Amino acid sequence: MAAKTLFDKIWDAHVVQEIPDGPSVLYIDRHLIHEVTSPQAFNGLNRRGLSVLRPNQTVATPDHNVPTINQDKPISDQLSKFQVDTLHKNCAEHNIDLYGLNTDYQGIVHVMGPQLGVTQPGMTIVCGDSHTSTHGAFGCIAFGIGTSEVEMVLATQCIMQPKPMKMRINVNGQLKPNVSPKDVILYIIAKLTAAGGTGYFVEYAGNVFREMSMEGRMTVCNMSIEMGARGGLIAPDQKTFDFVKGKKYAPKGADYDAALTKWKTLYTDDDAVFDEEIHFDAADIEPMITFGTNPGMGVKITGKIPDLSSIDTSEQPSFQKSMNYMGFNAGDTMIGKPVDYVFIGSCTNGRIEDLRVVADYVKGKQKAANVTAWIVPGSKEVERQAIAEGIVDTLEAAGFQMRQPGCSACLAMNDDKIPAGKYAVSTSNRNFEGRQGPGARTMLASPLTAAAVAVAGKVVDPRAVLV
Amino acid sequence: MPVAKFEKLTSTAVPLPIENVDTDQIIPARFLKATTRDGFGENLFRDWRYDKQDNPIPDFVMNNSIYGGQILVGGKNFGCGSSREHAAWAVGDAGFKVVVSSFFADIFKNNALNNGILPITVSEEFLQTIFSEIEANPKATFQVDLENQTFTIDATEQSVSFDINGYKKECLLNGYDDIDYLLNIKDKIEAFELAR
Ligand code: SF4
Repeated sequence: MAAKTLFDKIWDAHVVQEIPDGPSVLYIDRHLIHEVTSPQAFNGLNRRGLSVLRPNQTVATPDHNVPTINQDKPISDQLSKFQVDTLHKNCAEHNIDLYGLNTDYQGIVHVMGPQLGVTQPGMTIVCGDSHTSTHGAFGCIAFGIGTSEVEMVLATQCIMQPKPMKMRINVNGQLKPNVSPKDVILYIIAKLTAAGGTGYFVEYAGNVFREMSMEGRMTVCNMSIEMGARGGLIAPDQKTFDFVKGKKYAPKGADYDAALTKWKTLYTDDDAVFDEEIHFDAADIEPMITFGTNPGMGVKITGKIPDLSSIDTSEQPSFQKSMNYMGFNAGDTMIGKPVDYVFIGSCTNGRIEDLRVVADYVKGKQKAANVTAWIVPGSKEVERQAIAEGIVDTLEAAGFQMRQPGCSACLAMNDDKIPAGKYAVSTSNRNFEGRQGPGARTMLASPLTAAAVAVAGKVVDPRAVLV
Repeated sequence: MPVAKFEKLTSTAVPLPIENVDTDQIIPARFLKATTRDGFGENLFRDWRYDKQDNPIPDFVMNNSIYGGQILVGGKNFGCGSSREHAAWAVGDAGFKVVVSSFFADIFKNNALNNGILPITVSEEFLQTIFSEIEANPKATFQVDLENQTFTIDATEQSVSFDINGYKKECLLNGYDDIDYLLNIKDKIEAFELAR
């Protein structure tokens, strides 16, 4: 049998039909839905008089739009309330499991899905959200879809997809101390640019990813889309299997053993060929920060914004526009840049491990007076763990505001907006113009960097302030 | 949603020579609270079009009545960012039937096609030619012929052909959508489920 990549093994096992000179019909194992990108899909379904084909393969939670304070009270924003109510109504009508506000598992889809064991190796997983790539950390083909496709999955459990090209990104060697998974992926995106992965599905390989926790792998796969890739995945191993075992939706008993046997075949064969293969040396990676308005505009934190002369002439106007928006100049040093807000949360870095890193750093310290610091756990389960471990107490004592689970300032659909012109160091995934609120200026970084910045009140190298 | 058939069109174009136009620019998240597909055009490029007091920003191309038409021409990596189909709805609702760029983000391209909007990828060089053409004459017209897969600058008769897969082309030309197709092969899907 011909050697196959991990991606091919999963893809081939899910193709229902190939359309000549067209996309493949791909079977979808798991579908996650939330309040913002699903209502129009249910409308479409109702208009056509269709029911959901496999309701037990879809799981729902409200996350994008929910307030992060007073979740026990009715949502005061009427439009948001209507969207969340609509999700409840649609799920009830179509028998879909929903984890609503104030229930044990509500949270950002990409945080709660794995915690529930909805995410399992070898699956195809989609959601109307581009960071669905997160689930690739478990050795899944997982990617974001549009609302028309949400409707397709609800109606037929399939979507139409052209087969992407395959890229492998290898990172081997020894990471320097205090270089986190977020730094690794920001480094890769800075090298490849925000469009460098377009058309590809990425496999991350090498000892650096093997050694990462599941949380770290999720952070990496999460940001695959930020280099334009359709998604990213990592071959599952014992860590993956252990993570899934015992979770609510995970197979149990003999079913688990059978599943495990299958999961152990999920790796790229030695002779398999990729359309593109890239290698990085772990030792070259430093703590990173972004300076511009797309995630590819990142530098090591001790570095400088590139000089205009080093930018391709055709790209200079966009670069300059970005600098104007950020209020930065080409050639500026990042260390010492002003900061008004620190946001720790999102499906990139809103997991328990991220909160632990922050708490470890800020313990016994105080946030700077000029900084407002929000901590938004990725899910109810993260929140519970954080309370149990004393993390919440530590953070509140340091002057951080602990919020309730949701997407929050990652996309600023609710009231958690960074005011116009203000600077935020954020552990989320997008620094687009206005992403965190109209006029908001975002610098993306790791949880450790964000914590150090919150305490220092300006951009600092976390390694320089670690005691 | 079933869409109108895509007919041959000749139109002026709106130039947006900015790279990496992301979906948060196309339609900012705070406008995603609707539960229907309509009305997003009003907020297309909201924060470039209007200032904080909701006054139109005169410099922005969509506020300049010289420019108009059914074709939007954007810089490289158009539509990157989120999977929100609202971006395609906003583009369509604002009256655009075609988006031209030298490079499209994958999800936007898919979403556009699912809404009867044709994304046309041209070379970076040709893209710059189109921008220059519009700059020289904002009333310059362009012809889009999906049947023959050509995009033509009327004034100079410069024409390029563009790629689209045969299946999607048929869908657009006939106003079919993917759900129609999938519903038709439901037996196959169920057989697939039983066989695994
Ligand atoms: S946290 Fe941000 S990136 Fe993640 S799902 Fe929510 S809005 Fe999307």
